[in-house]
Amino acid sequence: MSAHESIIIPKKELPANIVKLGWALTVIGLVLVVLSYVTDAQRAGFNNIIGFTFLASVAVGAVFFIAIEYIAGAVWSTPFRRVLEFLGMLLVPVVLLAIPIFLNFHSLYHWSHADVVAADKVLQSKSPYLNEQFFAIRFVIYIVIWSLFYFIFRHNSLKQDKDNDQARTKKNIGLAAAFIPLLAISISLFSIDWLMSLEPHWFSTMFGVYYFTGSIVTALAVTTYFVVLLSERGYFFKGINENHYYSFGALLFGLLSFWAYIAFSQFMLIWYANLPEENFWFITRWQNGWEYVSVAIVLFHFWIPYFMLVSRPSKMKPRVLKQSAAILIAAHFLDMYWLVMPTYSASPVFSYYEIAFPILSIGLIIVVFAMQAKKYNLVPVGDPKLQRGIDFHL
Amino acid sequence: MEKKLYSISAIYSNPNDIIRAAAAVRDAGYKKFDIHTPYPIHGLDGAMGLKETKLGFVTLAAAIIGAAGMISFASWVAVVDYPQVIGGKPYWSWPAFVPVTYEIAVLLAVLGTVGAMIAFFFKFPNISHPLHDTPYMKKVSADKFGVSIQADDGKFNEKVVRELLKNTGGEVDAVYYSEEFLTFKPQMFDPKFIFLLVGIALATSAGGYLYWNKVLYLPPFDWMMQQPKVKPQTMSEFYADGFGMRLPVAGTVARGFIPYPYALGAKADSVGKFLVNPLLPTKAALDLGKKKFFTYCSPCHGNFGKGDSRMNGQFPNPPTLHSDKVRTWPDGAIFHTITVGQNVMPSYQYQISREERWAIVNYIRTLQRAYNAKESDLQ
Repeated sequence: MSAHESIIIPKKELPANIVKLGWALTVIGLVLVVLSYVTDAQRAGFNNIIGFTFLASVAVGAVFFIAIEYIAGAVWSTPFRRVLEFLGMLLVPVVLLAIPIFLNFHSLYHWSHADVVAADKVLQSKSPYLNEQFFAIRFVIYIVIWSLFYFIFRHNSLKQDKDNDQARTKKNIGLAAAFIPLLAISISLFSIDWLMSLEPHWFSTMFGVYYFTGSIVTALAVTTYFVVLLSERGYFFKGINENHYYSFGALLFGLLSFWAYIAFSQFMLIWYANLPEENFWFITRWQNGWEYVSVAIVLFHFWIPYFMLVSRPSKMKPRVLKQSAAILIAAHFLDMYWLVMPTYSASPVFSYYEIAFPILSIGLIIVVFAMQAKKYNLVPVGDPKLQRGIDFHL
Repeated sequence: MEKKLYSISAIYSNPNDIIRAAAAVRDAGYKKFDIHTPYPIHGLDGAMGLKETKLGFVTLAAAIIGAAGMISFASWVAVVDYPQVIGGKPYWSWPAFVPVTYEIAVLLAVLGTVGAMIAFFFKFPNISHPLHDTPYMKKVSADKFGVSIQADDGKFNEKVVRELLKNTGGEVDAVYYSEEFLTFKPQMFDPKFIFLLVGIALATSAGGYLYWNKVLYLPPFDWMMQQPKVKPQTMSEFYADGFGMRLPVAGTVARGFIPYPYALGAKADSVGKFLVNPLLPTKAALDLGKKKFFTYCSPCHGNFGKGDSRMNGQFPNPPTLHSDKVRTWPDGAIFHTITVGQNVMPSYQYQISREERWAIVNYIRTLQRAYNAKESDLQ
């Protein structure tokens, strides 16, 4: 370790302007959220679901990448794994953001009304799964699974900074193997509970994968943004080169293509079969102005970042990486808006309600990251794979 | 034949040495040199000063050609060549073309990349190389790392090169080749190679044709013909009596069918009184009657109903239709005869519909009038 101590920059305060920006966004966001809830609680509630599912995407996606890094034995990402470990802490604000949704539950999820269910044969047969008690229990189970694994991964990783114990990496690899299948089930059910059940008559077996792919793209985009932003300012270690950038770009490119593949498959199967119990969901999203939002998602979640990242040199350019990451983060907000808001309004609406939660979410991401970066090393200095990660060559 | 110098080579025993040697050769300004290692070494392309490969553009071009070609082809098939309404969708339903377009783009990109690699980089069909079967190649494909600086490099000077490689710590050697066995000219358009390709194409085509068409006869796809259903005139294992064709249920009549009340034994002139011709001798009715007469009646009765067809003598001659008996018969009597038959003439009620039979009667009346015209008809 002493040999490369001069290269690694394990600890450094985040730039003050970024931290200030984070706090400012959080405060502005909170004010707007409170204002939204005071003026129109239902509309604020739907926007709350957007912000909540967005932050859950980043948090769970980050835990997913931690697990994948251990299980695949990836070395290129080891110097940057702390970014993911910091982002996983967003599970705490995720739980906090769920509270106002639970308080407004009846104005958001219409299957939660007993009289509606009594008059509806379909909802009656779904009621063993879709009822408020089981919904709350399931939410607790998801949060327990995610945070349990997250805190163990994190604990082992942070402890390793001090004791350099390689057995901790081994332990995390075993845990990661157990975590992946649990995550696959829990994130699918999570998306079904919180997003798909907004239209309780509609169903799509690909919906879970759709939300999952969007989540990992977003988590990776946030990570990429932080990594590029901070490494340009001299964080992590000396000699971050295009090989590391290329790996982020290639992974981002691959995952956004995967998202497009899943999104198109979900659309095409429903479009082709054209069954009335499925197709109305896409029809409402192709009417009254929603078609522009649909096209915008296709453009900003796929085509634009696709062509930005398609060539090899562009995957190595920090500027392109930051821009495409920012576009993908915005596109995921738009995606959540597209999933949630047609239930609230027949045509797209945009006002301070809709910007309150994005501002709050971005603020929270920065604040949570900054608070952790203050306390812990930004580079896992005790990780046995670290040196190989620093020396990584394509 | 005399052997010519191909290159000066050097062998190293660890990957760090070869990266250093590659950088040294690059810095010395040599362009025509190559590195050989038993496995890929990261960072070697930078040390050799290799430029970004252009192969990606071939991949891109092939993918664009594949995607554009496939979406055009699918559109042409669905809109122009074989338009079919599928699921109530427009002919040009582009989402249905996306999967196949994507697949063909990937397929062509892969095949194009591999093809370009073989043709341009491996210089197929030049299948030999001076380094083949040399001790140098044997070493570098097992556990050593080698660099080989070619003699046709502009800066090549044997002494200088040997010195350079020796200084980097390599085990220096020279590689020779014989022009008798080796050429560096690309042989892609060599007549011998072209003939070989044409020969292979002809042989596989002819062999395939003979095998599939002559040796192994494959019937065309007729799976829709072979269905487990009962067809006319076939046996049935389902019914106890074994007949595939079933009789109508007792007491029922098919739609549009009017039962004929008279049997074969009934006298034509006596039942004919009760049957009234429903057709007027209009042009349409006479045309229909003529057509049916030529189809069903004329083979025996003759084109003009004189009982003189070319079948004469093959069986009891049919009577003429111009006899006084037939001329004085009511229309119904002729209709009855066509319907139930007479002597050796069979019943025609299943081949000729009621209306067509009456039309034939009208036509026969026309023939009779033509052969027995009245004075007034001529005026």
